[in-house]
Amino acid sequence: MTAKPQPVRKRKHSRLPLLAQAGPVSAWMILFVTIPLLYIIYISFMTRGTFGGVEHEFSITSYQTLLDVTYFKVIEKSFRAAVITTLLCLLLGYPFAYYIARKPADVASRLIMLIMIPFWTNSLMRLNAWMLLFQTNGPVNNLLLALGWIDAPKMFIYSDWLVMLGLVTNMLPFAVLPMYSSIEKLKKSLLEASADLGARPAKTFMRVTLPLTFPGIFSAIILTFIPALGIYTITDMLGGGKVLYIGNIIKNQFGAIRNWPLGAALSVLLLLITALLIFIYTRFARIEDMEVL
Amino acid sequence: MKALADAIVKLLHVDKWFGNNHVVKDLNLEIQEGEFLTLLGPSGCGKTTTLRMIAGFEDATGGSIEVQGERIEDKEPYQRDVNTVFQNYSLFPHMTVFDNVAYGPSIRKEPKAEIKKRVTEMLELVQMSGYEKRKPEALSGGQKQRVAIARALINNPRVLLLDEPLGALDLKLRKQMQIELKRLQRKLRITFVYVTHDQEEAMTMSDRIAVMRDGVILQLGHPMDIYDHPTSRFVADFIGESNVFEGVVKAVNGELLTVETASGMAETQGSGFSVGEELYVSIRPEYLSISREPVTGFDLPARVKDFIYMGTVVKTSLDLADGKEIKYSRFEADATLREGETVYVHWDTHKSVAIKKEAEVEAS
Repeated sequence: MTAKPQPVRKRKHSRLPLLAQAGPVSAWMILFVTIPLLYIIYISFMTRGTFGGVEHEFSITSYQTLLDVTYFKVIEKSFRAAVITTLLCLLLGYPFAYYIARKPADVASRLIMLIMIPFWTNSLMRLNAWMLLFQTNGPVNNLLLALGWIDAPKMFIYSDWLVMLGLVTNMLPFAVLPMYSSIEKLKKSLLEASADLGARPAKTFMRVTLPLTFPGIFSAIILTFIPALGIYTITDMLGGGKVLYIGNIIKNQFGAIRNWPLGAALSVLLLLITALLIFIYTRFARIEDMEVL
Repeated sequence: MKALADAIVKLLHVDKWFGNNHVVKDLNLEIQEGEFLTLLGPSGCGKTTTLRMIAGFEDATGGSIEVQGERIEDKEPYQRDVNTVFQNYSLFPHMTVFDNVAYGPSIRKEPKAEIKKRVTEMLELVQMSGYEKRKPEALSGGQKQRVAIARALINNPRVLLLDEPLGALDLKLRKQMQIELKRLQRKLRITFVYVTHDQEEAMTMSDRIAVMRDGVILQLGHPMDIYDHPTSRFVADFIGESNVFEGVVKAVNGELLTVETASGMAETQGSGFSVGEELYVSIRPEYLSISREPVTGFDLPARVKDFIYMGTVVKTSLDLADGKEIKYSRFEADATLREGETVYVHWDTHKSVAIKKEAEVEAS
């Protein structure tokens, strides 16, 4: 117990380290997140230069362009792809994460290694591998032909579903890892307690496992949905630029088309949608957390 | 002594192997309806494994387990009519106290009003009324354990399994909970199977204690029986404090044995021993007597080493002729004893116990 006159001194002491701790983080955040973000917003309100680039003249032309129905469709399509990717990642990732989490530590780390290896492989190489596998005279088509399941080679590449395959395989580690760490933390004795109180495994899963691993599921959703929404390499290569997603359009505006303000406006829109979703989701998650039974 | 029909839990030739580890060895145990039975032993003795086999969390490698005359080895934990109170409480952290206690009945889809009534009753029983809306994280260790007990008892189990439920509590609270648990058990007349490594706890609460070591029950009996008549050196040492002498029987006179120990000649009662046989003689510190003069019969000369004041008792350490240190305890300080003084130790031969050496060999 400290005596009464102490607090003044104590406050000074605790304030300094707090600043010292937050300082570098704030500086880092301002430098690498806030400033670039503000710059993007700034550009989105500027005018497109005749030969590309940006003319520093205020305009809302970019945002007006966004109202075009074409963009709405692209956004809708991107959303649907991201939602489906996220759902598939959860459905495929959760059982796998659960399986790993229930293995002894040494086996678990080896299994995690297995999902990390493709993750560490160059993504262009990975995408090219998918292309090779699925091209018109590739192994998949040849196999299906040999089995007699199809009469003529199918055009798998540059299709929506190959994009989906690419997205899911690319995002799966991001879904598995947070769910794994959440499931791994789940105490086995809680499952035993549930069984002891008469709950069958399915009941135990719904009432104990799922609610307690929700933080991991939530992280998995955030970590797969947001990149899936904005990614353009996968959609570019596997979709062949034929199927347009919001990520491709942004990339094209900054690249080939050189309409920076429009690209920036699209980015801002994407950002707002994402932020809104996260906001809704956290609200929803908190309510969920409160009324489990 | 007790009719076999009374046994509510029967373990017959139960074996448990974890890989190459033989954790429970051919265990036979009959637990009577309504009794408070404690499995007592050091860590790794197989007591928790035995409990977990009854609960269904572990499968027995061999043998059979019966509850109320019905074999349950093939039943899943959720099908068994027993409930468990876990060492780490294992309350569901995402549920309130109310929902934790209501878990069992709500799984069985009992009517809501009935559940509410039962939960209220149970929380009253464990003196946790008013905590319904708290989350487990907002409870102290003792409170968590009360909720865990209520959560198990609400299911009206025939047998309640308790796995070191008080292990994480501080001493004072533990002592209080021991008495409460014992009273609760008396009141509800539910069979309690209790696992602990704390011999004092076992002595305080149990109707019967099964002392376990290395997967084997060394001794099963009433706490007082075990205390006064340990049948192995391990039990003598593990339950309470004991002075154990190693010796050889020199003479047998009816039930009275004369034993030669390294500290001198001593006597004890004992049956089934023959001259020349090696044995242990165990005597409790509180059963020793001390005298300034040699005593008729037998005595072991000793030197007073030091005193420990424990509040209610005074423990005196004595060095015997061969350097062996023994403990002597009295309720009040013997003011006349001086450190370094030579005294003569003896005891009532009915209070000492002769322990066969084979008993020890068998156990290990």
